Amino acid sequence: MTEITEVPSPFCGIGTDDLTIRVDGVSLKVMENGCAVNTPAFEQAITDTCPRVDGKEVSLDVAIATAAALLKDTRLPVIGGCATDVNGMRGLLALADRCGAVVDNMNFTGARNNFLALQDSGWINTTLAEVKNRCDLLLVVGTDLEAFAPRFFERYLWNKEAMFLDDTRHREVIYLGKAPSGDASTSPSGQKARILACATEDLPEVVAVLRALVKGQPIRAASVCGIAVADLQAIVDKFKAARYSVVTWAAGALSYRQAELTVQTLSEMIKDINDQNTRCSGLPLAGKEGDQTANQVCGWTTGYPARTRFSRGYPEYDPFLNDTNLLLANGEADALVWVQAFNVNSVAPATSLPTIVVGRSGMTFAKEPDVFIPVGTPGIDHAGHAYRTDNVVAIRLKKLRDSGLPSTAHVLNAIEQAL
Amino acid sequence: MLIKLTGGTVYDPASGVDGQQQDIYIQDGRIVKKPTETIQVDKEYDLNGKIVMSGAIDMHTHIGGGKVNIARTLLPEDHRHDPVLRTDITRSGCGHATPSTFVTGYRYAEMGYTAGFEPAILPINALQAHMEMADIPILDKGGYVMLGSDDYLLRMLTAKKDQKAINDYVAWTMQSAKAIGVKVVNPGGINAFKFNQRKLDLDEQNAHYGVTPRDILQVLATAVKEIGVPHPLHVHGCNLGVPGNMQTTLDTIQGIGGLPMHLTHIQFHSYGTEGDFKFSSGAAQIAEAINKNKNITIDVGQILFGQTVTASGDSMRQHANHKFASPNKWVTMDIECDAGCGVVPFKYKDKNFVNALQWAIGLETFLLVNDPWRIFLTTDHPNGAPFTSYPHLIRLLMDRSFRNEVLSTIHPEAQKMTTLASIEREYTLQEIAIMTRAGAAKLIGLKDRGGLSAGNWADITVYTGNADRQRMFEKPDYVFKDGQLVVVDGKVVSTKWGTTHTIKPDFDPSVEKDLKDYFDRYLTMKMGNFKISDDEITEDGRGSITVHPLRS
Repeated sequence: MTEITEVPSPFCGIGTDDLTIRVDGVSLKVMENGCAVNTPAFEQAITDTCPRVDGKEVSLDVAIATAAALLKDTRLPVIGGCATDVNGMRGLLALADRCGAVVDNMNFTGARNNFLALQDSGWINTTLAEVKNRCDLLLVVGTDLEAFAPRFFERYLWNKEAMFLDDTRHREVIYLGKAPSGDASTSPSGQKARILACATEDLPEVVAVLRALVKGQPIRAASVCGIAVADLQAIVDKFKAARYSVVTWAAGALSYRQAELTVQTLSEMIKDINDQNTRCSGLPLAGKEGDQTANQVCGWTTGYPARTRFSRGYPEYDPFLNDTNLLLANGEADALVWVQAFNVNSVAPATSLPTIVVGRSGMTFAKEPDVFIPVGTPGIDHAGHAYRTDNVVAIRLKKLRDSGLPSTAHVLNAIEQAL
Repeated sequence: MLIKLTGGTVYDPASGVDGQQQDIYIQDGRIVKKPTETIQVDKEYDLNGKIVMSGAIDMHTHIGGGKVNIARTLLPEDHRHDPVLRTDITRSGCGHATPSTFVTGYRYAEMGYTAGFEPAILPINALQAHMEMADIPILDKGGYVMLGSDDYLLRMLTAKKDQKAINDYVAWTMQSAKAIGVKVVNPGGINAFKFNQRKLDLDEQNAHYGVTPRDILQVLATAVKEIGVPHPLHVHGCNLGVPGNMQTTLDTIQGIGGLPMHLTHIQFHSYGTEGDFKFSSGAAQIAEAINKNKNITIDVGQILFGQTVTASGDSMRQHANHKFASPNKWVTMDIECDAGCGVVPFKYKDKNFVNALQWAIGLETFLLVNDPWRIFLTTDHPNGAPFTSYPHLIRLLMDRSFRNEVLSTIHPEAQKMTTLASIEREYTLQEIAIMTRAGAAKLIGLKDRGGLSAGNWADITVYTGNADRQRMFEKPDYVFKDGQLVVVDGKVVSTKWGTTHTIKPDFDPSVEKDLKDYFDRYLTMKMGNFKISDDEITEDGRGSITVHPLRS
């Protein structure tokens, strides 16, 4: 039995790297600095260690050969999930390039809200250490931040010391849209977050008014979607008085059609504030289940984010048409590879197509896939790298135990070689 | 395996060989002396009539790291014009302004380049830069780590820490980030932008720290020299792109007091304020200063006309320049109390007065600086133009009539504001070989690259002479990387993985005491998780690390 300290987590997206984990054989227990997201993800028990073909246990070599045979004559295989580490994504993209597959990260429909805004007009963003040391006003839009990342406030807002703030307890937090599920946003001195609640799907209207007020446009209405315009004006006044305000949102939480326009309005509003003699930055929230990792690695390998197809021999990005669910529903795909090394509960979409699952040990299936290869989890069973939410920092994941489970990269490279 | 390259006309400035016919022997990846007659040559290439140089080295090219990937992500429409198909031996990808990693390697190699150095590695983002470069095939790579706007250094300066403490911190950062050089970008300016300062002159104080760019340049240039980094401090100066910044550049040269200093993409820092448009060329004054001050080296950052994207650590200036974004979209980031970045697409137009004069200023600089060992051929890829335009740029330098032909097509007012037409100089093949090979290797401190004498690694490019130098340089007959034939007739025929060039300057291990405390209090990761270990570069079985000697 050993205890490992300073363990980085690939699960929470905010790069916590101060966990203490007790390792007893192959079972893990989070001893310090766990949270509702990280603790169960680390402690998930290993079940399968043996690959299966048609539900029967086989050797890894046989499973790889079978997977390669299934993919050999496909016309449009889809590689979904894409939840793995940097080396896993490298292997995944090499395989996709080889067999002309579609690569589609499972969180892309949410992330698309950010990519469409980025690729149309851009943004001004910041990273977690800047938040920790500079942020004097945080606006949380449409997102239950503490449910998303339970330790966000503790680590990045209510830190005892900040280089450029006299007293971190005086930071202001304002929620727009969704109200928080707990009290993590209440400052250590008891100051509660201001909450301007509205329905999530009303955010486009509310955010549009907020930006108009930032630009000094007259608003005749007294309220918008139940929020008093005077209250929105108060936010604008705070933005202008703040030295380094931050606006944060989780693109996936903006779960209504054309939410990219909300992200764009927010991002343009942030640019406007920077033209009014102060600083303001955005902080998109993501980094779950390897989503930022998938987009980064696919980005440097192909030029495009992780919803890209190789079916014509070169990468083609389409944020709508390359959606796994759409390709399965329309009968365009002819095989599915599901790669998910982080989360046993994230299973492949139901399909009658030949299915290969390269998944975290512990996964259970309503319908047994043609091939199941249990793999290790990056940051537990093998070392690796994962990007956190701010997309700048790739954290070095540690190997914590000897489970004998292969890495995603090992498996996908072997399938590619077999082709 | 013994390979013989027979009878080529060799340009090897590292050994003083200038166009002599010589045989070259390759064994186990390296160039060797002529073996004894008893050893059999396994493969011979008849290079009679061909031109032989070592593999070219791009000493300043943005090929890896966060801002490059932001630039890629920002411009899907640019990639769509240049899709790159998979082949049996090469991966698919995209090209033009910011090619995908694999295509970056192929296209550099296909132009005869065998190494590229990423000049702006943020310490906190160094891992990404190395991971991206690890996916660039064929080329060797390396990087310069960015300091000067990081709060740790600025706090040290405010606390009046001595030079030794700063030296330890710089050496520690270089080792942590696996760097071979140190760069400073808009010294202190990226930091000042976070405090809402929008410009920072050489002697202007950071509003929070009271430190000036001049102070920062002085301590960093001193540190680089004292800890024995072969590459001088790599400086992207203050006021990039601002009319009149020529004076800032001259003051920067003067102010460094004889310490070694490399001024990068100096074209963007050589502007006067004369003429009807209050924008003029300062190239003559800058070149005069370079010629006089032997401690200074430069690369040009030539602009060439067309669509590209600018990606820089200089968040302050990039934010100011966003109004020129074309297409109109841009990104600015503040990053981890470490640095920042700005990504702004640009379309340089020959009929735009400013762009046309920028083009002329870069060429004037090339032609007016006398010593080819102290000037380097760059477009600051992709900021001035994509690296794929180098053969065109070489032709502009080597062919006066071609240069004047192009000159006659640019904005007429710009033509009046440049002395270019009157400059007769044409670069020689040997001077090109110095700028892109021997000089670059010497500047960076690569001990066994950039030359063709025995003992060097066999990075070799073979061209067919052609009066049209663009054609000659865009399609080498052969390129060898570490002795392996990787390109034939301008096309990749095999691939391999290059090494990562680094140095390991010494530091007092007690430097980690204060750093650990700083990481725990203010940053977002543990110090131990910040340092890049060797196995992070080598564990996939493709990467390797080469450590070069320090300057004694």
